[in-house]
Amino acid sequence: MRVNVTVNGSQEAVDDVWEGESLLYVLRERMGLPGSKNACEQGECGSCTVYLDGTPVCSCLVAAGQVEGREVRTVEGLATAGRRDAAGDTAGRAAAGHDELDPVQQAFLEAGAVQCGFCTPGLIVQSHDLIERNPEPSDAEIREALAGNLCRCTGYEKILDAVRLAAKRKASAE
Amino acid sequence: MRPENRTSSTAPRNQAPIKSPGHVAAHVGPEGRGRVGDSPLRPDGTLKVAGEFAYSSDLWIDGMLWGATLRSPHPRALIRSLDIAPALAVPGVVAVLTHEDVPGVKFFGHDGTLDQPVLAIDQVRHQGEPIALVAADHPETARRAMEKIAIEFEVLEPVTDARAVIADPERHKVQPLGGITRHQPVRVGDVDAARAQAEVVVSGDFEVGMQDQAFLGPESGLAMPSEDGGIDLYVSTQWMHNDLEQIAPCLGLPEERIHMTLAGVGGAFGGREDLSMQIHAGMLALHTGKPVKMSYNRYESFFGHVHRHPASMHYEYGATADGKILYAEVEIVLDGGAYTSSTLNVTGNAASLGVGPYEIPNIRIDAYGVYTNNPPCGAMRGFGAVQACFAYESMMDRLAAATGLSPVEVRRRNAVSQGSKLATGQVIESPAPLADMLTRLEAMPLPPAADTSDIRNLPGGASQTTHGEGVVRGIGYGVGIKNICFSEGFDDLSTARVRLEVIGGEATVLVHTAAAEVGQGLVTLQAQIARSELGVRKVTIAPADTTVGDAGSTSASRQSYMSGGAVQKACHAVRDELLAMAERKFGSTYGQLYLDDGYVVSRWNGIVGPIEKVLGEDVIEATREFHHRPTQKMDPETGQGNSHTQLALCVHRAVVDVDTELGLVKVVEMAAVQDVGKILNRLSLEGQIHGGSAQGLGLAVMEEIVVAGGLVRNPSFTDYLIPTILDMPPMRLDILEHPDPDAPYGLRGAGEPPTLSSTPAIVAAVRDATGKALTRVPVRPEHIVA
Repeated sequence: MRVNVTVNGSQEAVDDVWEGESLLYVLRERMGLPGSKNACEQGECGSCTVYLDGTPVCSCLVAAGQVEGREVRTVEGLATAGRRDAAGDTAGRAAAGHDELDPVQQAFLEAGAVQCGFCTPGLIVQSHDLIERNPEPSDAEIREALAGNLCRCTGYEKILDAVRLAAKRKASAE
Repeated sequence: MRPENRTSSTAPRNQAPIKSPGHVAAHVGPEGRGRVGDSPLRPDGTLKVAGEFAYSSDLWIDGMLWGATLRSPHPRALIRSLDIAPALAVPGVVAVLTHEDVPGVKFFGHDGTLDQPVLAIDQVRHQGEPIALVAADHPETARRAMEKIAIEFEVLEPVTDARAVIADPERHKVQPLGGITRHQPVRVGDVDAARAQAEVVVSGDFEVGMQDQAFLGPESGLAMPSEDGGIDLYVSTQWMHNDLEQIAPCLGLPEERIHMTLAGVGGAFGGREDLSMQIHAGMLALHTGKPVKMSYNRYESFFGHVHRHPASMHYEYGATADGKILYAEVEIVLDGGAYTSSTLNVTGNAASLGVGPYEIPNIRIDAYGVYTNNPPCGAMRGFGAVQACFAYESMMDRLAAATGLSPVEVRRRNAVSQGSKLATGQVIESPAPLADMLTRLEAMPLPPAADTSDIRNLPGGASQTTHGEGVVRGIGYGVGIKNICFSEGFDDLSTARVRLEVIGGEATVLVHTAAAEVGQGLVTLQAQIARSELGVRKVTIAPADTTVGDAGSTSASRQSYMSGGAVQKACHAVRDELLAMAERKFGSTYGQLYLDDGYVVSRWNGIVGPIEKVLGEDVIEATREFHHRPTQKMDPETGQGNSHTQLALCVHRAVVDVDTELGLVKVVEMAAVQDVGKILNRLSLEGQIHGGSAQGLGLAVMEEIVVAGGLVRNPSFTDYLIPTILDMPPMRLDILEHPDPDAPYGLRGAGEPPTLSSTPAIVAAVRDATGKALTRVPVRPEHIVA
């Protein structure tokens, strides 16, 4: 089947999608957007979290056909196009884009919230949503908001630091 | 295909450290100049937060096929017949392979014992054992075709009781090597004579359940036929050269025709030390002549790697009335499952570290690793030391109770220090300030009582199982000791190639090793070392691959020590060559040259010039191997010998609130004191201690692969629970730096020790709150309310 969907602001028509495919599979394998991760593919780990019409969802639990005509925003769509130099990256594929990282992404990087990084995209989308809704989250609110995102490396301490830092920076930027 | 990331470090930026608003001071920054001791940003971090880092499961190339693995549903069965024709007939299927298609040797094993079939031959010995492979144009096609492979099994009664194997190894052979994998005794002094003098005797039986590494990135990778008739392999692993030694014979190829590159690794924790899909994807690629991707889903991942050995242990200690231990009698039984994997060395660790960091004059330990039809077990963070630690720390608490001493005091009275002998007779030659660490831990402030006005602070949290009634606080302590680097005579080495040249007018270093970055931050550290040793700002870390020499495994907390040591050594060689070049180019009158902050300087005449001036168009490259000091095998009868390179200590205090009516536990806070010799990167180090402590928390109160009759009952993240951000409490850290003179920079491996001591500390705290004996981890609600 064909699926028409807006992904990171760009309107796309994806062909040859088999009805059993998830949004996660379509993003990763058909659209070249592997940033959303496949850690459990059953909605337990949160590593595949994306915005669907502005609401964070586990993209592994969304059937491809369900996104027809809707809007998806992935971790790849959080950075602001054209100005990534701020992140200080000088090599690799990212150099081509020079996008400016979202403050949540930058805070995860600086706070040491990234180790293996497999949980990171999902946690960043979920944290991004939290700060949008609640610009000054308490620790209890951060924990509650991120309770559906598993991380095996960090013990979550630096993730809390990252979210606090991102919230603080976003608040001072406004 | 998407290229492997070439990670690069940038010039350090000066930023003020940011103060955390949290009530526990967590450390953020500073980057400093990006040298040893600073906390520069991860060179791969920008890609990771942008979602652009290429993990092994992200690899994609035009025209690739998807591989799938048919696995045994039975823990033990004979294969009477196997018909692949129905699978081959499925449209989209390109190949179906069985053991008959293995091009070379049909067995592999990562620790030198080649007992694991690439694909089952005439029988299966554990649930999930690979039997056949399918390649198809869509992953779902491959999975559906796989289900059409027709197999007739003759199901046999599985051997699942590890103790029964010890009682009668011959009757319980599950494979040709069968029975007992290793029995390692440790004998010190005269236990029977000491028993007669003991004023206090305590004993206990303890169990540790099977824990899963539960790394988030699934086993996955891409195999591509190469022009020389070999294979290009992009996989996530912990030790490429060891993989290569196993893959090449099975694929019937010389090692030089298998080109391995490390793809992005989504965590490891020991679970990637054994092969998973490497040989299988290689077989499918060679057979079809096409690139083949394999990526396990979470269900398959639970069968796709080895786990932490479950343990059953009996301990008896005798002591004086004032708490000085006189003897220890210990039996440790580790269930290694169907194949050898790391069981030989896990058993060795359990034996050598069986009584922990305590001075005990008379010891009798018998540690056994055995074969059963349970899932194979091997390496996981802590590697044999974790299981023993739960038992010996539980014993220290029993001894405290029996002598009336506090848990901290009884540990202090028996604590090792520099110069003490371990159970193996090995003298601890570098600082081991355990008594001081305990004193510091005890002095750390305690968290306030739970604020019951917010129900989220209570056990059960928002599920509203209590408003404070029945909730009791407990405090517990745990101590652990872990060997760092490979032990028992293994010639442990790492190799680094360092290249210095001027690029764009700036001295630039390229560091190339085969060391696996699995998340721990080795890429950051390698760049820090190069900056420190050569005084440059710009360092690039080349992709890890097998075109450079062996780096050894990313395990045993060894890469900072070993690959860090190799990078330092190669940098020194580059530096020496640079100084010699300066002599040649600028004349010997300069004499006595040294490198200072990017400048070549003469002791007599001052600055010769910056590196850029000395180098000009020249390139300096050096490849060096680093070995740690030799170790010895444990004596097979007495366990004696200097078997370990380095030993590391961590101590934990846990504070818990327990709903004693429902058996729910909330860990309120963990505090840890760890001696790391030298802090190389505080930000990464704290992350290791937090993460290791979290895995210990998981083992304490939730994590277990439940196996019944050889069958795994909970192979999913729905049923196998790992700690969430709600489970993991704030931590207080006190990191000590007592340098080890034998180690690079004086460092001490740091990744594993916190995984040991956090588990017994939490269980001790739950015991303190409930008065229950709690002899098994993970502790479940029914153990508390029983």
